Amino acid sequence: MDMTAAILATVVTAATPLLLAALGELIVEKSGVLNLGVEGMMLAGAVGGFIAASLTGSLLIALVAAVLAGMAMSLVFAVLVLGLRANQVASGLALVLFGVGLSSLAGQGYVGQSLGAAWRLFPESWREIPFVGPALLAHGPVVYLSIALVPLTVWFLYRTRAGLILRAVGENHDAAHGLGHDVVRTRTLAILWGGALAGLGGAYLSLDYTPMWAENMTAGRGWIALALVVFAAWRPWRLMAGAYLFGGITILQLHAQGAGFGMPSQVLSMLPYLATVAVLVIISSNRSRLSLAAPGSLNKTFHPPA
Amino acid sequence: MLTLEARAAPSAALSILAPVVAVGLTLAAGYLLFELLGVDGGRALFVFFVRPVQDLYGLGELAVKAAPLILIGVGLALGFRANVWNIGAEGQFALGAVAGGAVALAAHGVEGWWTLPAMIAAGALGGAAWAALPALFRTRFNTNEILTSLMLTYVGVLLLNYLVHGPLKSPDSFNFPESRPFGDLALLPVIVEGTRAHLGVLLAPLAVLGGWFVLARLHLGYQIRVIGLAPRAGAYAGFSQRRIVWATLLGSGALAGLAGVAEVAGPIGQLQPAISPGYGFTAIIVAFLGRLHPVGVFFAGTLIALSYLGGEFVQIELGLPLAVTGVFQGMLLFFVLGCEVLVRYRIRLGGARRAVRGGAT
Repeated sequence: MDMTAAILATVVTAATPLLLAALGELIVEKSGVLNLGVEGMMLAGAVGGFIAASLTGSLLIALVAAVLAGMAMSLVFAVLVLGLRANQVASGLALVLFGVGLSSLAGQGYVGQSLGAAWRLFPESWREIPFVGPALLAHGPVVYLSIALVPLTVWFLYRTRAGLILRAVGENHDAAHGLGHDVVRTRTLAILWGGALAGLGGAYLSLDYTPMWAENMTAGRGWIALALVVFAAWRPWRLMAGAYLFGGITILQLHAQGAGFGMPSQVLSMLPYLATVAVLVIISSNRSRLSLAAPGSLNKTFHPPA
Repeated sequence: MLTLEARAAPSAALSILAPVVAVGLTLAAGYLLFELLGVDGGRALFVFFVRPVQDLYGLGELAVKAAPLILIGVGLALGFRANVWNIGAEGQFALGAVAGGAVALAAHGVEGWWTLPAMIAAGALGGAAWAALPALFRTRFNTNEILTSLMLTYVGVLLLNYLVHGPLKSPDSFNFPESRPFGDLALLPVIVEGTRAHLGVLLAPLAVLGGWFVLARLHLGYQIRVIGLAPRAGAYAGFSQRRIVWATLLGSGALAGLAGVAEVAGPIGQLQPAISPGYGFTAIIVAFLGRLHPVGVFFAGTLIALSYLGGEFVQIELGLPLAVTGVFQGMLLFFVLGCEVLVRYRIRLGGARRAVRGGAT
C-alpha cells in the first residue's frame, strides 16, 4: 500500500505541469487561436521562476515571476497573430525556438544550482494519515491549484457570460464580431491566460518537480500538453483525465527503468511520445466527432470588416 | 490609429524587401541585446557576422553548416506551401543518419565504390520512411501531422541514442556511446583543399534546383500551390489532397534524411548521439525566411548558417553563451513573420477607406 501511495503521488506530480499548460491552451484554442508555442512559454516560466526564487528566496514571488514570464512570451505571440495577422502555426514555432534560446541564455549562470527544501502546503503531521497523506497531502500548492482550475475552467466556459463570448468568438469570429463582441480583445486575453498557465506549469518543473534549472528541462512536455487538448476533444474534465494518464505513463517508464526492467532506458523513454502518437491516431480516426468538437475558427486569421 | 487594409494582390516588390527589413530589424534588436549583455554592440555584431567568414576555412565552414539547412529547408518549404506542416525534420535527419550509417558500418572492411551511393540512398529512404508515418496517420486517420511528426522526432533521436549505446557501439570506443569510425570509402571526400567542405555540400544547390523545378515546372508544383492558397479550388479542380500530403512529406523526409547521412559521412565520420545542433528545427526558420521559395531558401540557409558560426565566435572571443544563436534565430523568425504583413496589407493612418474583406489563411 505504501508503494501504491508513493506511485500515486508521483503520478500527480508528473501530471501537474501537463495539466496546467494544457488547461491554458484549452482556453486559447476555445477562442479560436492555435498557439503551438507552449514549450517556449513553459521554458520561460521555468527559468523565470527559478531565477526569481534564487534571487529572492520567496517561492510566491517566483511563481508570480514565472506567470509574468509566460505572459510576456504569449504577448509577443498575440502581437504577431492578432496585431500583424501572421500565420499562427509559424508564429507558435517561432515562440518555441525563441523560448529555448532565451531561457538557456537567461539561465546560463544557474545551471546545476538547486533550491532548498521542497515546498509543501500541509503540515508534516498530515502526511501520517494512511495512504491519503503520502499520496495526496504531500504536495506543493501548485498541485492543488492545478486541480482547482479544472472545475473553475468548466464553470468559466459554460456558466459565465464571458465564457459564452469566448466560445462564440472561437466558433465563428465573423458572427461574434457582428454581434458586437471584440474578437481581438477576447483572443488577446485568452492568449495571455494561456501564457500565464504555461509559465506556471514550467515553474512547477523548476521549483518543485526537480528543484533546479537545466537547459530544455521541459523535454517536450509543452508538445504533449498540446496533444492533450486534442485528446480531450477540448473538454476540461477529459483533459484532466488525460493529464493523469500521461503522468502515469511517464512514471511507469521511470519505475520500469529503476526496477532494471529488461529494456534499454532509451526505449522506455520513448513510451510517452509513442503513447501520444497512438492516442492521437485513435482519437482523430473518429472523424465526425472530432470535427464537431474543434472550435470552428481554430487557426483561422480574423480579418475585421472595416 | 493604424489600420490594415488588404491588398488586392500581394506586393511583389515588398515580398523581396520584407525579409531584408526583417534582417535589418534583427540586427538592430541584436545590437540592443548585446548592449544589454554588457558588450559593445557594434563589435559583437562584427564578430558575429563578419569574423567567421574572413578566410577560406571560414567560408568552407559556412558551406558545411548551410548545406543541411538548405536541404531540409527546401523540402519543408514545399510542404508548408501546401499547408502540410512537417516539423519533425530533426527526427528524419536522425533516421537518415542511422540508415546511412548502418550501411557504412555493415560495409566495414568490404567498402567499394558502391558504398557511398548505397549510404546516400539508405539515408534518403530512412528519412522518407520516418516521414511516411505522419503521412499515413494524416491521410488514413486524419491525425494532425504537426504533433505526430514532432513526437516521432523524440522517438527518432532516442533510437539513435539507443543504437550508439548498444548494437552499433564500437568495440574499441572505451564505452563511449559512438560507432566505429566509417572507412575511407564510406566518407564524403573534401572538395576544397584547406577546408572541411565535402562532396555532400553540393547536394544543397541540387536540392534548390530540384525544388524550383518541381514548384515552377511540374504539375505537382502547381497542385501544391493551388491547394496551399485555396484548398477548395484545388478540390474542385480534382487535385488529391492525399497525394500532396504524401508527396510533400516523403519529399521533405527524404531531403532531411539526405542531410543526416551527409552529416555523418562528412564532417562527423561516425554515428554518435549529438549529430545535429537542431538543424531540423532551424530549417523551419530557413523555409520562412526564404519565403517558402527554393531560391530564397538558399540565401536564408546561408544567413542562418552564419548565425551558428557567429554564435561560436562570440562565445570564444567575447565570452557570451552559445544560446545567443538561438535567440537571434528566434528573433529573426518573429521579424520575418511580422514583416509579412507589409506584403499582404497596406498600413493606413486612421480608419480604412472602404470595407475590404480578406479570406482565411
